[in-house]
Amino acid sequence: MIALLMRDLRLAMRAGGGFGLGLAFFLMVVVLVPLGVGPEFAVLRRIAPGVLWVGALLACLLSLDRLFALDFEDGSLELLATAPIPMEGVVAIKSLAHWLVTGLPLTLIAPVLALLMNLAPEGYVWLVVALALGTPALSVIGAFGAALTVGLKRGGLLLSLLVLPMYVPTLIFGTEVVKRGAVGMELGTPLLFLAGVTLASMALLPIAAAAAIRANLK
Amino acid sequence: MSIWEYANPKKFMQTSAWALPWVAGLAIILLLGGLIWGFFLTPDDYKQGSTVKIIYLHVPSAMMGVSAWFMMLAGSLIWLIRRHHVSALAAKAAAPVGLTFTLIGLVTGAIWGQPMWGTWWAWDPRLTSFLILALFYLGYIALWEAIEDPDTAADLTAILCIVGSVFAFLSRYAVLFWSQGLHQGASLSVVGGDQVDNVYGAPLVACIAGFVLLFLTLVLLRTRTEIRSRRIKALLARERRV
Amino acid sequence: MDMVATNLAVARGGQRVLEGVSFRLTPGEVLVLRGANGIGKTTLLRALAGLQPFEAGKVVADDMAYAGHANGVKAMLTVRENLGFWAAVNGVAEVEAALTALDLVTLRDRRAADLSAGQKRRLALARLLVSGRMVWLLDEPTVSLDAASVALFGAVLRGHLVRGGSALIATHIDLGLPEARETDLTPYRAVQRLDGAFDEAFA
Repeated sequence: MIALLMRDLRLAMRAGGGFGLGLAFFLMVVVLVPLGVGPEFAVLRRIAPGVLWVGALLACLLSLDRLFALDFEDGSLELLATAPIPMEGVVAIKSLAHWLVTGLPLTLIAPVLALLMNLAPEGYVWLVVALALGTPALSVIGAFGAALTVGLKRGGLLLSLLVLPMYVPTLIFGTEVVKRGAVGMELGTPLLFLAGVTLASMALLPIAAAAAIRANLK
Repeated sequence: MSIWEYANPKKFMQTSAWALPWVAGLAIILLLGGLIWGFFLTPDDYKQGSTVKIIYLHVPSAMMGVSAWFMMLAGSLIWLIRRHHVSALAAKAAAPVGLTFTLIGLVTGAIWGQPMWGTWWAWDPRLTSFLILALFYLGYIALWEAIEDPDTAADLTAILCIVGSVFAFLSRYAVLFWSQGLHQGASLSVVGGDQVDNVYGAPLVACIAGFVLLFLTLVLLRTRTEIRSRRIKALLARERRV
Repeated sequence: MDMVATNLAVARGGQRVLEGVSFRLTPGEVLVLRGANGIGKTTLLRALAGLQPFEAGKVVADDMAYAGHANGVKAMLTVRENLGFWAAVNGVAEVEAALTALDLVTLRDRRAADLSAGQKRRLALARLLVSGRMVWLLDEPTVSLDAASVALFGAVLRGHLVRGGSALIATHIDLGLPEARETDLTPYRAVQRLDGAFDEAFA
């Protein structure tokens, strides 16, 4: 299991692994939005939580179609399926690797981008907390979508269509945490829901994703 | 004799061929009756005027939009557990029908909402939930279309349907949490409350029953088509092999 | 432990291709599957590896190592990293021995992307030595290998047999193993059912 994690991280870091693309994309979204809506501080401050979350969500989506597809194409996935580790474990580890190279960096860089969006100072802590709690769900849900579409030649677009509706709860609770944090409101409820969605996804979706991969390998 | 016998494609084709004219006929009678009664034989509402009469399309199609998804969920579960092809194909057949009902629900809602709320679209929890439901339908249908092998497609869409149900349900509550709505309460309910008047209630029930039967008719027809196209494919494959 | 297969049937693309396949494979033995293209050799091996279900029949066997058409090699990792990964997954330590056996020692720090097709194939075969499994399922193992490499692979296979391993190989070429037993799959080609019930549409 640890070997698989190390391999995936190593592959992500090597040339062509696409590490950093997600971050650049996140930066791009956050730069483009003020150019589109205008530079008024008050407006940006109001929409900051939503823009940051939507940006993080789309950046997460970028690298998902390669999560299993590369291993499927070169035959590694077949070999992993016959190896002495359960497919559920493979899915969990690969989701973790995906989070470590996208979700975690996004979470860490978000405060810098929040500066560009003029987020209220009280919101910074909650932005990081919400992203740290929510982005693992994005990776696991994305892994499920990637498992469904792994056998398809051009699965990327379909993958977004399948995955984005499932991102709705995380997006809603995540932005709510930041919004409430920014104005100093009580935010226990959305925070708990956000964590709940993430934990439930982490516990259950690897099982569904593993079933999907097995069906795809048939 | 067990109910699972009807899951045999041959048996299903026989039974559905017999049942289809009856179901379809009853659907036409109920829909015509309910809609004529509702549109022409009920008074205008004192507040909403004649706009209220769109209720006879709006409420039944919205109900069927949700019910169709539940039917697909049941079909998917039966396929995964018992491997009956008919149930997988019925789930496949129900999806575009359910999506259409959902869209009719959304469009009639917009037409109704315009004079009532002064806007075609409001990010109201109920409207938003239906929009999200439509997205789930789209994903489900697209996945069926994308996968070539029919059994793999059935497996994967069934898994998606189950997981999607959970997320659709979650989204519903997330959306409720996110915005308090403009939408009025349930139109019909056993416990009472802010529901529609009896004058409108009886034709509404007829329309709902008509929509249920219409849904059944369409799903039976489409399932029969799916079974036939599977047989054609098998015949073509056989021809190639001989 | 003997591998015993009884009355196996497999399908490809919803069509049954083989049925009634039975065989026994004892330790130290090689069974070569023969038959024309499309007969179902790959399908049978994939089913034995657990990648797809059997339509009928039963297999009693230890865990098996599978090497299919695809090499399963990561282009951006070095030869050693590739092999080390599978050794770690399978809980086996003999990476160096596997590198030596397939003459990959001098290539150990080269990226797999820079290997020739035959060298990649040798890397894929070296993985069998770090699989820790006694039964090997090999699908056209010698594709893109030159004569010297085929001989090298023959030696690896013989060593595996001496250690009590066994192998089931689908191949068209002569591996230079006089002791290998051969099975022609042609008699097991699935017979079409013409019962008119259209059941094959829902196989």
